[in-house]
Parts: sequence; C-alpha cells; structure tokens
Amino acid sequence: MIDIRNLSLSIHGTPILRDLSLGFSAGEIFGLVGESGSGKSMTAMALMGLLPRGTRTQGQARLDGTDLLTLTEAQLCALRGNDIAMIFQEPMTALNPVQTIGDQVAETLTIHGRAHRAEALKIARDRLDRVGLSHIALDRYPHELSGGQRQRVCIAAAIALHPRLLIADEPTTALDVTTQAQILDLLKELVAEDGMSLLLITHDLAVVADMADRIAVMKQGEIVESGQTATVLAKQNHPYTRALFAASSHSPDRSETTTPTPLLSLRDVHRYYPGERQGFRRGPPVQAVRGVSFDLFTGESLGLVGESGCGKSTLTRAILGLEPVQEGQIQLIGHPVTPAMPRAERANMQIVFQDPYGSFNPRWRVEHVVAEPFHLLDRRPEGAERRARVAEALTAVRLSPDDMEKYPHEFSGGQRQRIAIARALITRPKLLVLDEAVSALDVSVRASILDLLADLQGELGLSYLFISHDLTVMRAITDRVLVMQAGQIVEEGATEAVFTNPRHPYTRQLLAAAPRLPDTIGTRDDALV
Amino acid sequence: MTLRSVPPALLIGAALSSVFVLLALISFAWTPHPVDGVTIANRLQPFSPTHPLGTDQLGRDILSMLMVGAQTSIAVALIAVGIGVALGVPLGLAAAANRGSLLDEVIMRGNDLIFAFPSLVIAILITARYGPSATNAILAIGIFNIPVFARVARGGALPIWTLDYILAARTAGKGKIRISAEHIFPNITNLLIVQATIQFSLGILAEAALSYVGLGAQPPIPSWGRMLAEAQTMIYTHPMLAVLPGLAIVLMVLGLNLMGDGLRDALDPRLRRAR
Repeated sequence: MIDIRNLSLSIHGTPILRDLSLGFSAGEIFGLVGESGSGKSMTAMALMGLLPRGTRTQGQARLDGTDLLTLTEAQLCALRGNDIAMIFQEPMTALNPVQTIGDQVAETLTIHGRAHRAEALKIARDRLDRVGLSHIALDRYPHELSGGQRQRVCIAAAIALHPRLLIADEPTTALDVTTQAQILDLLKELVAEDGMSLLLITHDLAVVADMADRIAVMKQGEIVESGQTATVLAKQNHPYTRALFAASSHSPDRSETTTPTPLLSLRDVHRYYPGERQGFRRGPPVQAVRGVSFDLFTGESLGLVGESGCGKSTLTRAILGLEPVQEGQIQLIGHPVTPAMPRAERANMQIVFQDPYGSFNPRWRVEHVVAEPFHLLDRRPEGAERRARVAEALTAVRLSPDDMEKYPHEFSGGQRQRIAIARALITRPKLLVLDEAVSALDVSVRASILDLLADLQGELGLSYLFISHDLTVMRAITDRVLVMQAGQIVEEGATEAVFTNPRHPYTRQLLAAAPRLPDTIGTRDDALV
Repeated sequence: MTLRSVPPALLIGAALSSVFVLLALISFAWTPHPVDGVTIANRLQPFSPTHPLGTDQLGRDILSMLMVGAQTSIAVALIAVGIGVALGVPLGLAAAANRGSLLDEVIMRGNDLIFAFPSLVIAILITARYGPSATNAILAIGIFNIPVFARVARGGALPIWTLDYILAARTAGKGKIRISAEHIFPNITNLLIVQATIQFSLGILAEAALSYVGLGAQPPIPSWGRMLAEAQTMIYTHPMLAVLPGLAIVLMVLGLNLMGDGLRDALDPRLRRAR
C-alpha cells in the first residue's frame, strides 16, 4: 500500500534522507525507529507533503500507486485527513485551546465536504466513543482534559474519515507509562478493526517491539536495517541496531558506595497549595504532598518514581529548600532545610534538570553558567582560580576546559546535560538531585550520561536522588526506589526487589504498563532464526 | 547578522530617524540662520538659496527652526522614555518576581489607574499647576511611559521565571533582585528596545500635541508642534508653513515606527526563522 522507493531529500542543499526504501501493506503496523536527527519525522512529512521550503526530493513515495511527491498542493489537501492522517507527540499543543473537542473532530469532516456541521458532530460523537471518550461531552475544551484524553481526541480527529494510513509521530512520548500503554492498545485495536495501516515513529525500541509487525532502524537519513520485528530484534545484523539495543537497556557498572549515615532525611512532610481563586475567595487548599518520610544515605542512589501530578516536583522544590513545607521537616546532614537556610549549607546539594535546552541563560558563556553556584560560597573564587575550578568541573564531566568560552547553544543535548552536571558539581556538593535528568536524551546519549553519573559517584562519593517516571532508568542506576502516588510513598525497597516482586497494586500497574524489550533479545544466536 | 538579513523596514526606519537626529546634533553647533532673530523685512519668503525652506511670519529661517525643533522633540521624547524605562522596568520586574503577591497587585493596579487617565488631561493638570514648559511636558509624557514599560517588563519576565535556569539560580542561593538583574533583565532587553522605539515615536507625537495647544516648550524655543499652531492662521495663503513641520513630525514618527517593527523582526529569533 505504501511504497517508498529510493527517496532522497535535501533541505537547502543539506542531505536529510538518503536513498530510502520501505513499504508496507494495509492493516500492518510499521515501526520507524531512530534517534533524533535520523530523519524519521522528515519521512512522515514527505508522505504528508508538509516539507519545509527549500526542500528537494528524488525518488518516489507511492500510496496505492499514486506518487505523493508529484501531487499539487490542492491534491495533497484533498488527501490529508482523508487518506492520510497524522497524530503528534504533544497533545497539549496539537489541539486548538479555544475550540471545543467536538468541533475539532468534526472539522476534518466538514473540510472535506463529507458532512454538514450537525451531521459531522454526530459522527464526531461516534469517533470519540470509538477512542474511549464516551463519557466526555462534545462541548468540552482541551484544557479540561488530561494529556491521555487529549491524545485520544487527536486520534479521533485523525480517524474521522477512516484514513488508509495513520502516521503517529512519537504519540506517547509526552505521556505517563500507564497512559502510554492505553494509547498504544487503542492504536493497535483501531488498526486491527479498521484495516488501516499505521506508521509508528518512535525513538523507543520497547514501544515498537510490542506494537509493530515490521520495523526499520534509521540512522542519519538511511535505513540501516529493516524486516519483521521479531527477526530484526533477535538477529540485530547491523552494528547500529546492536548499539541502540545495548544503549536502551544499558546499566552502568556501579560500585557499592552506600554507607549507613543518613544524608537527607524527610519526616512526615506535607505540602499544601492555596486553592484556586473563586471570585474574591480562595477554594480549599490542595494537598500535593501528604506525609512523606524517607532517608537517603551517604553514597546511595535513591529513586523517586511517580507519574505526572503525583507531587514529586512539589516535593523536589521543598527538598531543595526553595519552598517551605507546611508540616514535618527536612534535614540535610543534620541541618534543617528551609527557604531561609544559610547559603553555605545549600552548597551541599545541587540539581540537574530535564530539559537541556531551558536550563541555561542563553546569554551567558559556559564559564559564567558553570560558576554560578559559587554564589553560595562565602569565599568566591575569582579570576584564574575561578577558571581553574570551572576547568576542573568540565574535565570531570569529560568536556574540554576550552569549552568554557562557548555559549550553550553551541552544544548538543547530551553535552548540555554534561554542562548542567558540571554546574551542579562546582561547589563539590554531597547530594545531587537529578530531576528527569536523562529523560529528554536519546538512548545512546542517555547511556553515556548514566555511565558518567556512575563514575562520578565512585570518584566523588556523591549521593543521588533520581526523580523520574522512567522505570528503565530507575532500574539501571538506583539502589533503592520509592514509588509515589497522589502525594504519598506507596512502596519503598531495594530496586531489584521492587521491580521483580512489587507489593503495592500501583507499582504492579506501573510495571505492567511499561513497554519492555522481549527477553529473547540481545542473544544473537537465537531460536527465532 | 549580515546586512542582507537586516529587515528592510529597519534600514529605512533607521535611515529616516538618523537624518533627524543628525540635523538636531548639527543644530547645536551651527544653523543656517539664527532662530531667535526676528527680521520682519524677510517675512514669508519663498524657497530660495539663502532660505532653502523659506521663512515664517517673523522672518525666521524655517530650516533652522526645524533643526532646532528636532532638538526639542527628541530631547523631550528621549527623557520621557528614559523616565518610563527607569521606573517602569524595575516595577515590572518586581511585580513578576513576586507574582500573585500583594506587591504585584499594587503595582499592576496602580498601572491600571494611570492608564485610566488620558495623558493630555494630566498634562493640562500639571501645566495648570506648575506652568507650561518643556520640563513639565517631559514629566507628563514620562508618567504615561511608566505603566507601559512595567507591563512589557512583567509580561516578558513571567515566562522566563518558569525556566530551569532560574530554578538553578535559586538553588545557587540567589535572591529575587539578583536573579531579576542577572537573568531576567538581559533576556527581556529585546522587548524593551522595541517598546522604547515605539514609545519614543509616541513621545514625539505627544510633545507636538502639547506644544500645539501651548503646553510644551515656550517661545522662543522652536518646537514643531508650535510651528504648526502658528502656521494655522495662514494655512490658505502660505500652506508650506504648516506642511513642513507636519512633514517633519510624520517622517520622524514613521521612521521610528519602521525601526521598531524592524528591530522586533531582527531581534526575535522566532520571527527571523519564519521569514
């Protein structure tokens, strides 16, 4: 049905795709896997005819015999939404916030002249029921729905006209694991029942391993390997496939460094937020964290797992002493942690954030960025000493001391994350809080950052508090894990024990929802062959 | 940025505005004729080599008047914008740093209060109390620039406060004032520069309007607005007397507005990419 032959594509002379060929038939799920910059999204855009200006294409991309690359814009408009539909990564921005969800689903039908408004709304109702939103009224607005519900609305709009091909570009990357599992199930079901094809684009091997009939692995604009999912995953003929695999389940070598002295301890911590304003009054306060207690020992890696809205960010800000706790107390090396704590005590704890792009002032050079926490010290290194300390920190994270003259935008995502770690290390802290610090990175980059963190722990005797929704990362790097749900710790224990033998139903639910690479994988001489 | 990628609006606007700034600067040292010499014998001359733009009803050289008038306009507008930036930006930054607090409410509602008065009424009020002068015109226009800059600064600062590098600065123990100065302010300068150019052009208009009704710079200091007012009675017999200062105002304001638009395009990376 889809037949792409020798597709090459360049933008303003820069080659993006090279000699790409792939094909799949109706009712099939095709997985396109690759890291950022591999050209997987551009392949989808070529099928949709949504290429940026200055693009030149060669080769063919046929949908049931029609070459999509030769169509005019008007012909493409008739095709988009009708024969080919697409859903995106970010359900927050893919919907128009000032239109009701009913109108947005119905829009696809009215644009293509398939139905009048009233009739279109009826069909919209039907499609929303189909994606499991029968309890949501048509006149609701996107902000009233959760992330998963919004993604369902996007899917309902995409399937409104029974397209022959649905392209899903990282459809679950922005969602929690349990929601991700539900959305993936829904997509599978729609393909099976409606006989459409699904092109699933993702960086997550575990997601395609579960979903796709066939996959293609992309690297730098080329398909390095493709075939039946099970065969490709089991054989891993191409070294890149193997590297990608090794990276996705990478677990760094760590030495046992935990000592029995508590570094950070929380006792019955509660956090409230003032309620929403209702006219001139405020509603009842919202309880974000309810009675959390735990100890983090010196040299330990502790994981805090939870889905969005569970209160982990609120708790993090209290642990960092940026916001006050309403009840209970937090202590770092025996001193209370509050917004008023002395600066020198703050120097013992630093943070690394998720987004490698938002974590630096774009107008500062790396030297200035990395040296910022010196503000915490009573005696602040200046001039040559400051440069020496910055150079030391950059060397520690395996960057060159010369990098301190550059600006953050000159670095890749992984390098930026190294700079963020260097900034955190500059005051020689004892505790590093890692807030989804590797979640936004490609698997291979993520593996190298995890290695770096493991090495640094051995070298500097650091303790880590990992905050993440990503269970694979947790398993790879933590000694002990806390599972948080609705502001409370519901399960706590050694990482391996919690993962192999979860006791709380919520933990079980999380583990069941997480996509997993089949166990057969990684052994090259496999029975599947 | 290469010259080729500079928006054309910016080039044209900058060229127009700099012509007037240049004329104003030259007039400090030299004008074709003195502007305070009244020579009735020379009154209402047409364009000629000695008086390139003619003379007015008191025999003063129009070109010289326009050049010195540019001084007044630019000085009044510049100082008024300066007042707005100097007071408005810190207020806006303070409001953003304490979002939702009583301070934020007080500052922003105070802004609304100033916005609720027409600027001309306040100017009349000030001049009625303290007498008409260029200083009072500056004051009246300046007061109305404060809330404009406070709003722009607050609006620009709020999204920056949610970014991770601000959180990083807070974990580095930096206070709100320090963060506002080191992180927030440098990242909203684009916005402020664009707003300043626009307020500058509005300031020139406001100065002309105040002078026109006699509340701005007082004679014998030349002013574009007053030249317009004085030419009014002779608009049918000597239309050039009104057209020339009018044209000066229009071109200067147009130049500044074009420059503001161009700067916004040039400084906003999102718009730059879209082009």
